[in-house]
Amino acid sequence: MGDKHIVGAAVPRKEGRDKVTGAARYVDDMTLPGMLYGATVRSRVPRGRIKKISFGAGVNWDEFVIVTAKDIPGKNCIALILEDQPCLAAEFVNHQEEPILLLAHAERHKLWKAVAAVDIEVEELPAVLAIEDSEQRREIIWGTDNIFKTFLIEKGQVDGVWAKAAHIVEGEYFTGAQEQLYIENNGMIAAYDEQHGITVWGSLQCPYYLHKALMALCGLPEEKVRVVQMETGGAFGGKEEYPSMIAGHAALLARKSGRPVKIIYDRAEDMAATTKRHPSRTRHRTAVDAHGKILGGEIEFTIDGGAYATLSAVVLSRGTIHAGGAYHWPNVRIRGKAVATNIPPHGAFRGFGAPQSLFALERHMDRIAQVLGISPVEIRRRNFLRPGQTTTTEQLVGAETNLEHLLDRALKLSQYEEKKKLFALANKSGNVKRGMGLATFLHGAGFTGSGERYLDSVAGVEARTDGSVWVLVSSTEFGQGTNTVLCQIAAEALGLRFADVSIAQPDTRAVPNSGPTVASRTVMVVGKLVQSAALGLQQTLVAAGLLGEKSTPDEFRVACTEYIAKRGALRSYARYQAPSDVFWDDQKYRGEAYAAFAWAAYVAEVAVDLTTYETTVKDFVALQEVGKVLHPLLAEGQIVGGVAQAIGFALYEKVIWRNGRMVNNQMTNYIMPGATDLPPIRVYFEEFGNPHGAYGAKGIGELPMDGPAPAIISALEDATGVRGSSIPFLPEDLFAAMREKANPETVTTQAGESA
Amino acid sequence: MREPGKASARSPLSFSVNGETRRATAPPMSRLLDVLRDELGLTGTKEGCGEGECGSCAVLMDGLLVNSCLVPVLEAAGTKITTIEGITHDEQWREVQAAFLECGGAQCGICTPGMVLATVELLRKNALPTDEEIREGLAGNLCRCTGYLHIFKAVAKAARRNRAR
Repeated sequence: MGDKHIVGAAVPRKEGRDKVTGAARYVDDMTLPGMLYGATVRSRVPRGRIKKISFGAGVNWDEFVIVTAKDIPGKNCIALILEDQPCLAAEFVNHQEEPILLLAHAERHKLWKAVAAVDIEVEELPAVLAIEDSEQRREIIWGTDNIFKTFLIEKGQVDGVWAKAAHIVEGEYFTGAQEQLYIENNGMIAAYDEQHGITVWGSLQCPYYLHKALMALCGLPEEKVRVVQMETGGAFGGKEEYPSMIAGHAALLARKSGRPVKIIYDRAEDMAATTKRHPSRTRHRTAVDAHGKILGGEIEFTIDGGAYATLSAVVLSRGTIHAGGAYHWPNVRIRGKAVATNIPPHGAFRGFGAPQSLFALERHMDRIAQVLGISPVEIRRRNFLRPGQTTTTEQLVGAETNLEHLLDRALKLSQYEEKKKLFALANKSGNVKRGMGLATFLHGAGFTGSGERYLDSVAGVEARTDGSVWVLVSSTEFGQGTNTVLCQIAAEALGLRFADVSIAQPDTRAVPNSGPTVASRTVMVVGKLVQSAALGLQQTLVAAGLLGEKSTPDEFRVACTEYIAKRGALRSYARYQAPSDVFWDDQKYRGEAYAAFAWAAYVAEVAVDLTTYETTVKDFVALQEVGKVLHPLLAEGQIVGGVAQAIGFALYEKVIWRNGRMVNNQMTNYIMPGATDLPPIRVYFEEFGNPHGAYGAKGIGELPMDGPAPAIISALEDATGVRGSSIPFLPEDLFAAMREKANPETVTTQAGESA
Repeated sequence: MREPGKASARSPLSFSVNGETRRATAPPMSRLLDVLRDELGLTGTKEGCGEGECGSCAVLMDGLLVNSCLVPVLEAAGTKITTIEGITHDEQWREVQAAFLECGGAQCGICTPGMVLATVELLRKNALPTDEEIREGLAGNLCRCTGYLHIFKAVAKAARRNRAR
């Protein structure tokens, strides 16, 4: 046998050595002979009709490769769910960062001046820059009604609850755009020749998304498009869809010039032009009985999708399904809506709609508690989903789910009750106020509803003559630990040592489509496929009479050598099969929304300095049930990192919009948490096996993005009495809210340019 | 996009990189970062923001941590530069890299070279830093993946090991 229990052990990260020594190869570290550099000329108006493009003086344009929409050999679109987004605008522009024209030159520094010298004359049209403007439909900018997608979830008879209610509690909540801010900017290299077609190497999450987009854009068959993922320096959803755009641009320049072309965004371009988290507005109206039990409610969840459909429908779906959270709604009506605006399209970011709707719900639970005069703990306790009850989509809650236990343990670990009492006394004097807040929530792992069935993912395992095993998947590593955990799974299944198993570089020419690396699906769904493929490979050797049911790594190696000598390549593939007992109705949005939910109870302790109005998180307890933890160190790293991003989402990270464009598109003035900003983040797991996941795993990556923001704002409210209904909640927002609280007649307004 | 320096005069500049004398032919106002990466092929030094905010491009210049995106190569003339590649071949300081690996201090890896160099500078000045001093020492380096806590552990571990040597 190999190492005992590779699954569950903190084995070294597969590509870790290369990363700590600087040897890991990211796309900007790669250079091809004769390579040109590419740059993008963009719209500088939010909406309009392109009248004329002219090339200014002072630039020798003959030296430049120039590409416009006319140079597109296939469809001028970034094929994703819909085909509404052009690769290069031809006639109309619909946001300030819309690409119109591409330039390439051998000397990178010459591009900057050339981009500025391209003059694009645009007849401006009235732009729609906020959810409310879009809803008013004075301008129709997308489809017939400015709406990308709506969802309706109905359970029970919500219209009947209002008359029975002891209290009806209403609330409106907002979350802002958030930039993923991976430290490696987006980048791509493309090469083209007639014989092989297009090859791109880049920083990306989903090789087969690019593959599909490039086939449509270049009008090429699948064998003439090849996508290779380079080491990727963070993604968080931000490299799910936009890399298809950059790959398309590099491919068009490479095709026209006949030379390889590299496009690397600088930070300002990356922040302004690429996707961010969807801003949201959520309205709650809830009927509660005299004991604090929810009788029913209406929830309206609306997100700003920006100028094109991109992934908004799917973000909306997840946000809508999560809008009821970890509570039992006997009756509920949830309406989800994604609207169009003339803002660069918003996209995937860790949590994918759930952090938005869960922020609203958790704040609303606190508000209901206030109306009833009970504690935030008590309102949750009385309404938790319990085994045998169903979620808003009528998915049955399993017997192992025990939210009360999670809550009790998190309260104990954080000394919630003791501290709350202590702070209530201490806050009577002094200028630093302290408070405690909590959130209890869930996150569904894998694609929603029938999504995994449509994806039809395949994973493979290959053994070589030396007994080494290679995992073949298009699932990508961008920090989370994909390489390591999938190798652990294969090693465990085959009884090999961790060192015997490697993972192939994601390259569409060499690996099957195991689906996108998103939605907390990699370990649970793809991991299970890797496990099946590995077992299939073992069975092949057993069936060939070369291996016993139990074997040592040496016996395995000998068997591989013999098999390959006699019969050639030794590969095994596994295809996703939906569990037979899973039911989902796409029309009614009812049934098993996810193969598994992870559950969590988070507690935040904050200190608010009323001299500077700064809020600091002093302590953070993150307790979750995520199925089996396959790698304790990586799992903890996911939770700590997610909580850190969510602290930014709550307290620091504000996108300032001016006329539909992000104007603080620099790390200097869009502030993410630094080394001195974060509290101890204390991570705890409860483990129950999940039959749908590899070795009992559930998804983990997105969960920690959901709970911290409401917990922190709840703690801030506990400390100051200020109701935070909108994030990010910056010192200036607290200052304004405190002033308003002190002098209710004084109307304070937010800074004029922020939306 | 990288803005050029005044590009006319291409005077060779010489400085020591990881113990070897190197010559750069780039214009004097070129960023040290670009010279290291493009001209000398030392791609372990990364660009994150291009404005000195994130620390991904950090290198040691005469032992001091600098953001190489803010240093014109002219200023590097005659100095001793240490990049991540130099640390890898340094008996004493590669312990820092090992500690990052063991403690989960590297996730996506793009900030890691800068973090390692910031750690080396910190431990040179302060062999056994407190938790607070570790946080202060890394305050110029941003990481979006880890939430820093595993990085702090790595620094503490490297300090303890170094001390034990």
